[in-house]
Amino acid sequence: MITLGHMLTLSAILFALSVAGIFINRRNVLLLLMCIELLLLSANFNFVAFARYLGQLDGQVFVFFILTVAAAESAIGLAILVVLFRERRSINVEDLNTLRG
Amino acid sequence: MNPQLLLAIPLLPLLAALIAGLTGRVIGRAAAAGVTIAAVAASCVLSLQVLNSLLHGTPAFNGTVYTWLVSDGVNMQVGFLIDRLSALMMVVVTFVSLCVHVYTIGYMHDDAGYQRFFAYISLFTFAMLMLVMSNNFVQLFFGWEAVGVVSYLLIGFWYTRPSAIFANLKAFLVNRVGDFGFLLGIAGVLYYTGSLDYEVAFRQAPQIATHTLHVAGTAAGWPALTAICICLFVGAMGKSAQVPLHVWLPDSMEGPTPISALIHAATMVTAGIFMVARMSPLFEYSDTALSFVMVIGATTALFMGFLGVINNDIKRVVAYSTLSQLGYMTVALGVSAYSVAIFHLMTHAFFKALLFLSAGAVIVAMHHEQDMRKMGGLRRRMPVTYWTCLIGSLALIGTPLFSGFYSKDALIEAVHASHRAGAVYAYWCVTAGVFVTAFYSFRLVFMTFHGPSRLDHHAEEHFHDVGWNMKGPLVALAIPSLLIGYLTIEPVLFGGYFGDAIHVLEAHDVVAELGREFQGPLAFAAHSVFTLPLWLAVAGVLCAWHFVLRRPDQAAAIAKRAGWIYRLLENKYYFDWFNEKVLARASRGLGTALWRGGDQAVIDGAIVNGSAGAVGWLAARARLIQSGFLYSYAFWMIVSLVLVLGWFLVRA
Repeated sequence: MITLGHMLTLSAILFALSVAGIFINRRNVLLLLMCIELLLLSANFNFVAFARYLGQLDGQVFVFFILTVAAAESAIGLAILVVLFRERRSINVEDLNTLRG
Repeated sequence: MNPQLLLAIPLLPLLAALIAGLTGRVIGRAAAAGVTIAAVAASCVLSLQVLNSLLHGTPAFNGTVYTWLVSDGVNMQVGFLIDRLSALMMVVVTFVSLCVHVYTIGYMHDDAGYQRFFAYISLFTFAMLMLVMSNNFVQLFFGWEAVGVVSYLLIGFWYTRPSAIFANLKAFLVNRVGDFGFLLGIAGVLYYTGSLDYEVAFRQAPQIATHTLHVAGTAAGWPALTAICICLFVGAMGKSAQVPLHVWLPDSMEGPTPISALIHAATMVTAGIFMVARMSPLFEYSDTALSFVMVIGATTALFMGFLGVINNDIKRVVAYSTLSQLGYMTVALGVSAYSVAIFHLMTHAFFKALLFLSAGAVIVAMHHEQDMRKMGGLRRRMPVTYWTCLIGSLALIGTPLFSGFYSKDALIEAVHASHRAGAVYAYWCVTAGVFVTAFYSFRLVFMTFHGPSRLDHHAEEHFHDVGWNMKGPLVALAIPSLLIGYLTIEPVLFGGYFGDAIHVLEAHDVVAELGREFQGPLAFAAHSVFTLPLWLAVAGVLCAWHFVLRRPDQAAAIAKRAGWIYRLLENKYYFDWFNEKVLARASRGLGTALWRGGDQAVIDGAIVNGSAGAVGWLAARARLIQSGFLYSYAFWMIVSLVLVLGWFLVRA
């Protein structure tokens, strides 16, 4: 039997993985975007799990919204990435520190 | 009296000054001189008419012509108090001013600032008239400051000379010290009486005398009236050049000679004397203040006279003589003989203006040479100047029947009759002063007009006697110098001329005491043969004759023998040295300390630049947090989120 606990644990593992990915990854911006996607997915997973657990549809509706926004966000993110690459010939995170004080 | 008419007396010279000053280039030299002379002549005639109507029984005029502002019950007004005291001053001021205006035509003939000069002296006449005609303290202060400003402008008239600029700055600064005291005195009057009007303030004088003034919360109290009177007198010390605020007057000789005659002998410097006489209802109730006045005056009278003895600059000798004579007037004020002080002021105005103008005539004739050592033997070459100067000098030293005799002898007798603290000192000072006065006056006459000619080549070549536009005023002033004392001593001093204008308590009334023995001016003159002052004056003249004409070598020998006294006099008792080296240096040191320490270090350094620096320092530290790496921002976001959420959890 798969309980709510299992699902939340999975979601937590996904979340932790993606956060670790954001922190540890210092090479590729593409990977960063993927990690953010994963982050959102883990949140979605929570929504779905609770929707099912509580027997309400609200959470599942919310997931659609988030998926839509995430799609739009990655589209813009990739577009920025393309422009960034053209401009600097690099998508290495270590090189992108022009905001440094 | 018609207020419009009274208003015209000061305003005509003002109008003329504006015309001559602002449009002088357009209307030209002759027109500028003409308009100012006409205005002052009109003022003079009107003043004479005012005096005449007062003498014929018209009551004194006291009224407001314009209210400037009313604030918290304090009225600031332009108003006139025309009684016999102010009318006498108005006549003296306008008459001497008129003579000086006419004389200026000749004296300033070659000067580029001709119109400017006329504008200034007319403006001065306006300011002085406002001062003497005032019926309240604000207008008095206005006139007081205005004459100071014009004096500043005129001492520095030749503004390209560094010495003139130094002198006018000095005059202004020294007067500022006096004016500060004066302002404090006025503030005191306002504080205790709630009014700036003479009449109201004077009426409350006996009540103020009962108050004590506590300075800055200390237990020790000062009699309020004494404090007020001394403060007011400090103002008079500045304007009337009493020790130790006298230092500006000799230096003011940097201005053109007509100015020395008008401002620094006859009118402005007498403002202090006039003011104290006007304030007699206040001063009468403070014996301490009057003693202070007397001692200061006596010191000035004697010790400034000594300085005249060793000076060789013809104008400076007359300037020191002025200081000494102002001291005499101040002594008279100090013994409650206000009418005698004003009487001496009047006679002095005539003969001192005369002396200055004749010195000016000599200077012009000598082609602007002022050193008496380079003169001599001018008696035959400029006879009119010689005789008028001689009349002025005889009047100054108090030769019987001359105007100065009556005022000075009455003054010395009044001091003799007084029992106020310090009167003995004052009596000896003024008596010894007679000898000194005679000595320096006749030293001037002998050095300039007698003996062999010591003119140098340059002066000899350019020598020319002055024209009648300069001799005319000399003669016009010589007549009152000769006669005015004889004619007016009886009514002015003993005939109750001043009436209510001067207030003297019965117990102090030394003039009335003199009046009991007075039997007419001729008897007064005859009596002087038996008194000390006349013989001292004769001795002074003989001494001058001996040392200047008979044995000049002895004078030099004495100067050499009495080395330290000579040095003391040469350095003017080290007043200038003290002011420059101690006071000026200390205040400059204080200023530098405040500038470096207060302004640059605290305000600029700590507050303004300091706060900016602190923000900059903080920002420099905070900047280092910004690494620019995306992951570090994400890390801090997560960490902070965890911390905040954790805090909420713990709190719950």
